[in-house]
Amino acid sequence: MFIDFFYALRQRGVPVTTHNWLALVRALADGLHQQSLEGFYRVARCLCCATEVHYDGFDQAFAQVFRGVEVDGAAVLAQLDEYLRDPKRLAYLDPALRAALQSLDLEQLRRLFEERLAEQRKRHEGGNRWIGTGGTSPFGQGGVHPSGVRMGGGGGGRSALAVADARRFRAYRNDLVLDTRQIAAALRRIRKMARKGEELELDLPHTVDATARNCGDLELAWRPPRKNDVRVLLLMDVGGSMDPFAQLVSQLFSAASQGGGFRELRSYYFHNCVYGRLYEDALFNRGLSTTELLRDLDPSWRLILVGDAYMHPGELMMSSSDWWQGGGGPVGITWLARLADRFPHAAWLNPEKPDIWDAPTIAEVRRVFAMFPLSLDGLAEMVAHLRRPPSPARASLVHRIAQGEDLPYPRRSEY
Amino acid sequence: MQAMQLQTSWRGTDRYIVSEELGTAVDVAVHLGRPLLVKGEPGTGKTLLAVNLAAGRNLPLERWQIKSTTKAVEGLYTYDTVRRLHDSRFGTGEVADIARYIELGPLGRAFERGEPCVVLIDEVDKADLEFPNDLLHELDTMSFTIPETGRTVTAAVRPIVIITSNNEKELPDAFLRRCVFHFIEFPDRELMTRIVRVHHPDIDDALLAGALEAFYRLRAVEGLRKPPSTSELIDWLSALRLAGIAPAKLLGAGLPFLGTLLKKETDFDAATRAAARNRGR
Repeated sequence: MFIDFFYALRQRGVPVTTHNWLALVRALADGLHQQSLEGFYRVARCLCCATEVHYDGFDQAFAQVFRGVEVDGAAVLAQLDEYLRDPKRLAYLDPALRAALQSLDLEQLRRLFEERLAEQRKRHEGGNRWIGTGGTSPFGQGGVHPSGVRMGGGGGGRSALAVADARRFRAYRNDLVLDTRQIAAALRRIRKMARKGEELELDLPHTVDATARNCGDLELAWRPPRKNDVRVLLLMDVGGSMDPFAQLVSQLFSAASQGGGFRELRSYYFHNCVYGRLYEDALFNRGLSTTELLRDLDPSWRLILVGDAYMHPGELMMSSSDWWQGGGGPVGITWLARLADRFPHAAWLNPEKPDIWDAPTIAEVRRVFAMFPLSLDGLAEMVAHLRRPPSPARASLVHRIAQGEDLPYPRRSEY
Repeated sequence: MQAMQLQTSWRGTDRYIVSEELGTAVDVAVHLGRPLLVKGEPGTGKTLLAVNLAAGRNLPLERWQIKSTTKAVEGLYTYDTVRRLHDSRFGTGEVADIARYIELGPLGRAFERGEPCVVLIDEVDKADLEFPNDLLHELDTMSFTIPETGRTVTAAVRPIVIITSNNEKELPDAFLRRCVFHFIEFPDRELMTRIVRVHHPDIDDALLAGALEAFYRLRAVEGLRKPPSTSELIDWLSALRLAGIAPAKLLGAGLPFLGTLLKKETDFDAATRAAARNRGR
C-alpha cells in the first residue's frame, strides 16, 4: 500500500524519487508521524512535495490510496506489519534503522489506528458537508479554506482524509495561469547572461591581479555589469476567436515588457495568421512589412507567437496576405515558416486547451512551431524549449516550407 | 536518541503559534538534519519562524539576509582584499597573515560555533538563479574550505537551517530535493484568533469578532493584488483599539483605517466597489 501511494503520487504529477522515499522511511522509523494517519499525512507531505504546486496532487493521491483504509483498517495494519517485517525490503537499511523499524509497537499502533478510524468516519461526513457548503461560503474560493472547520491548532482531531478530500490547494496548481507576476517569473528564465556595454563595475579579481603585477601600486580594472542578453520578438494574434483570451494575452504582454528583463523586447500584432504585414497596435493602424522585420532582426532573437492557430484552412494554406488587397505572394504557412526559419529559437503559445490541438490548422502550425499551452506549466516548458538548441529535423522541414511557392498575383482567393 | 527527539517536538511558542503541519515539518527537518524551506504569502510569519524557533529553544540565531547581489560564498566567508592591500601599502598591519583578513559569514559562524544553533537564510529567491546550487555541497556536508588559507571549517553539530522564499524565482530541483518543504497556508479564523490573542491579549471579544469578520470579508474580495495578511490585521487592530472604534462600525461599508490593511490604490478601489455592491443587495 505504501508503494502504491508512491506510484499514485507519481501518477498525479508529484515527482517523488527514491530519495524522498528513503527520507520518509527514516522519518517513519523514528516515529515522527506519532503513529497516526494524520501524522503520516503531515510527514509525507513535507518530504514528498517540494512546492505548494504539488500539494493538490498529493491530496488526491492520498485520498485515492487511503480511502480503503476507512473500510478495512485491520488489513492495512497487517500489510504495514508485513511490510516492516519483510527482510528483503529492509535489507538496504542500516541495522540501527532496521531495529528502530521493527521496534514499532504494533499493538499500540493498531489501537490508535482504530481509534482514529472511528473518529474519521464521523468526521468524514463533516468533511463532505464542509465541501458542500464551501462554495456558498464567502471564503470558499482560492485556497482560503472556509471558517467553521478547524484547520490548525493542537488536539490532533482533524482527519487527514477530510483534509485531503477538501483539496484546499487546488488554487496553487501549476496548470492555471494566475497573475502577471508569475508569468514574469517564468519568462525571466529565458536569459543568457553576458557582459557587454560600458565598463561600470569594479572587477575585483582583476584589480588584485593587475595591482600585484604593478608592484603593489593600485591598478583598477573595470568591466561591464552582467546583463541579460536575450532579445525577444513577441507576435500576438488579436481579435476574432482570440477575444476570449484578450486579458490573458495582455497579462502575458505586460509581464514580458515589465518583468521579463530582456535586453530588448519588440511586440507586434497580427490577425489569425501572419502575412505580409504586422502591426504595432492592436487596431491595425501602424503597420510594417514582415519581410523588413525578417531582414532587420538577426537570428539570435527569440520568437514567441501567441495565438489559437484556429482558423479556416484556406486562411493558412491558400490565401496570402490581406486577400482583399489583391492576394498575391506567399501563403500564411509560408510566412510562418519564414519566421521560424529566420529565428530558430521559436515557440508558439496557444491559449486553447491542448485537447483541440489536432484541429487541421493547429496541427499544420505545430509542424512549424513547437506549441505550448498558455499556462504556467506551458510557459515553463516553452522556456525550457527556448533554452535548448533547435531541433535539426524541424529546422529542415521549416526551411522546405519556407521556400513555398508564391501564389500568382492576379489570382484571387477562392473564398 | 529517538525518544529524546520526540520529546522536543516543536509546537510553537507563546509568542508564535504554528499549525500542526508546520510543527511536524520543523520536527522532520531537525530530525533528518535537512534544511527547512518555508514558503507562503507575505506576512504569514516565515521569517518569524526561525526567530521564534531559536528563542523557544534558547538557541543562538545566525541571520543571513539575501539580496539580489548576494553571492553564495559570502555566507561562508569574505576575504577583505582591499583592507589587506591598504595595510600593505601603508604598512599598518600584519599583511603576511591572510587569516586576519578572512571574516566568516553567517553560515560559516554557525558551522564554527560547535553548539546547536538556528541559521536563517531569508528570502533565498532574491538572489541569482544559481545561488542555491552553489550552497548545495556546503549544506550537505556542513563544511567548507577557505582556499586562501587552506583552512577547513566543519560543523561539529548540524545547525538547524531555515530557508524562506517568496516565490519570485523558481528554485533549482537539486536544491529542492534536499529540503523539507512547508507552505504556510493563510490561517483560518480559529488559528487567527489564537494568533491575534498572542499580540493583543486583552482585546475585547466583540471587537475581535467584528474585525475578523470584516478582515476575511475583505480578503474574499476578488481581484485584490495584495490581500491583507496577518501582520496587517494586527496593525489594524492596534489602530482600532487606539482610536477606540466600536465593533458596530466594522459591520457596514467604509472600514476605518482601511489604509493599514490595503497598500495598493487599485485594491482600495476594488474593496470600495465590492462594499457598494454588497450594500445594494
